[in-house]
Amino acid sequence: MTKVFQAGSAESVTALDEVSLAIRDNEFFTLLGPSGCGKTTLLRLIAGFEQVTQGNILLFGDDVAGLPPHKRPINTVFQHYALFPHMTVAENVAFGLRMLRRDKAEIRRTVETMLTLVKMPELADRKSSQLSGGQQQRVALARALANHPRVLLLDEPLSALDLKLRQEMRLELKTLQRETGITFIFVTHDQEEALTMSDRIAVLQAGRIQQVGTPDTIYEQPANSFVANFMGETNLLPAVLGTAERDMISCLLEGGAEVLAQPVGNEAAGSRVTLSLRPERIVLSADPGTGLAGRITDRLYRGTDTSYRVKLEDGPELLVYEQNVADRSSGMSAGNSVGVLIAPGAARILVS
Amino acid sequence: MRTGPRTFDLRRYPGFGFMAAVCLGLLYLPLFVLVFFSFNERRSVSNWSEFSLDWYAKALANDAIRQAATNSFLVATVATVAATILATAAALATTRVQRFRGLTASYAVINSPLMVPEIVTAVALLSFLSLIGLKLGVGNVMIAHTVFCVPFAYLPIRARLHGMDTTLEQAAADLYADPVQTFRHVTLPMLMPGIVAGAALAFVISLDDFIITQMVASAGATTLPVYIYSQVRMGVTPEVNAVSSMLLGVSIIIVSMAVLLRRKETA
Repeated sequence: MTKVFQAGSAESVTALDEVSLAIRDNEFFTLLGPSGCGKTTLLRLIAGFEQVTQGNILLFGDDVAGLPPHKRPINTVFQHYALFPHMTVAENVAFGLRMLRRDKAEIRRTVETMLTLVKMPELADRKSSQLSGGQQQRVALARALANHPRVLLLDEPLSALDLKLRQEMRLELKTLQRETGITFIFVTHDQEEALTMSDRIAVLQAGRIQQVGTPDTIYEQPANSFVANFMGETNLLPAVLGTAERDMISCLLEGGAEVLAQPVGNEAAGSRVTLSLRPERIVLSADPGTGLAGRITDRLYRGTDTSYRVKLEDGPELLVYEQNVADRSSGMSAGNSVGVLIAPGAARILVS
Repeated sequence: MRTGPRTFDLRRYPGFGFMAAVCLGLLYLPLFVLVFFSFNERRSVSNWSEFSLDWYAKALANDAIRQAATNSFLVATVATVAATILATAAALATTRVQRFRGLTASYAVINSPLMVPEIVTAVALLSFLSLIGLKLGVGNVMIAHTVFCVPFAYLPIRARLHGMDTTLEQAAADLYADPVQTFRHVTLPMLMPGIVAGAALAFVISLDDFIITQMVASAGATTLPVYIYSQVRMGVTPEVNAVSSMLLGVSIIIVSMAVLLRRKETA
């Protein structure tokens, strides 16, 4: 589908350009991208707050693109929760069911179940304006889930919480999704959130889908340099393809260092490509004689690991993460010469 | 060195106390005198004799005053209800829609009664109503009051709507509320403080209007301010003071109620 804002006018903005996605039943699906990439627009199209310019939205086979939001069996958890401040927690949770004209006893039961599910049954009679951010978050979840939607949309629901609570809620959301069996479509700009929670991720940039896949596929086999760079840290290195040796292809970095990577297509020898090399896949050795010769230019202690900048001889500078598993600080400070080991297949050839 | 904004002690401004005293005196002293002499026993509004409620009793027993008061409250009630409904609709139409060409112009049109000199509106209404031959007595006054009350009701309602997040309405739609239900269960309750403020303002403005009413009101459709004016021309008596004091009292009560209601809403 395509979404154009202010179509036909001079200020027309194409927010989504021929986006096509198939999201599976019972899936925790994440739309990931930087701000302005179109992920929220996509969510609003699915919810019905925006109308598609071209294309359709199929929900279990039915086209819902022309339906107003209140006729779609989809519910949303809004970024700032959008709880009704003039209602109590229970009234908020009951709102959807009341609008669907369910009977009173059933509504009462469901509200109770939902508040227990999100672990706050004792706050049913509080006004929603008297709740903390984390509590509001849970009420918003309960309110959306109470209607047993076919699809639950979550618009960066964790972004307003502090770090500890955010990490806790990640697990809880994942558990809720598994327990309810509802398809979750989760929007975020936080790649760590996306990696830890999702069954599959779609990476968006500039209104186009860059890659769709499982978290490990997206991280380990990024389709292009945008995905590689957006999903955590990476070294993007220009290289020239050499000849294939067994199942690996030799790639020559600037300065002549050779790295072995898995071939991705049928690129001809001599063509210029970009390699993505994750900092944690590089191993440093205090003995400059092993692997490629390099020199540490910078060292940063980061708790679980140490980050190094290593300049290859006549070649590019690499970012390297070494886990702080044992005391190996000797000979690994700035200015020292080291050996840089890059295992075959550690680098990934990017198509574009 | 200055660190952050400084707060000044008002008393350290030379002449502040004097200016404040002059302003407050000019505002409240006449009102105080008016109310004071409404309790005078003698038929004078300048020489005090002794305390009495006779003039209140007299005013309340006066048929002309009772008729005028009834008209005033009837007109104010009808005008307030009509103006508040129109103002709410106008506020929704100027905030809850996509921006359109002429949106700014429509603010000006809605608020024009605030800018147009009242005497001009009065004369215009008078000639227009007689041109179309509308002779509804008090009804004419009600129509005229509704017209000039709209912007007073509109401003607080629009301010409230403007500050209200549209995502709440989207959340309601997301939770299966159709547009009518969304308005009834979400927009309207959230808007209530603005509506109460707007209605209170409209009521007080209508109750107090003189120029337009004087022009539009036919015999028998006299309101309190018009009656008071006609009496004053024959000389001020403590009876006029008593009526004016009661009018003042009603205005104060209505405005205070609106303020209290709003405070309760936000608490």
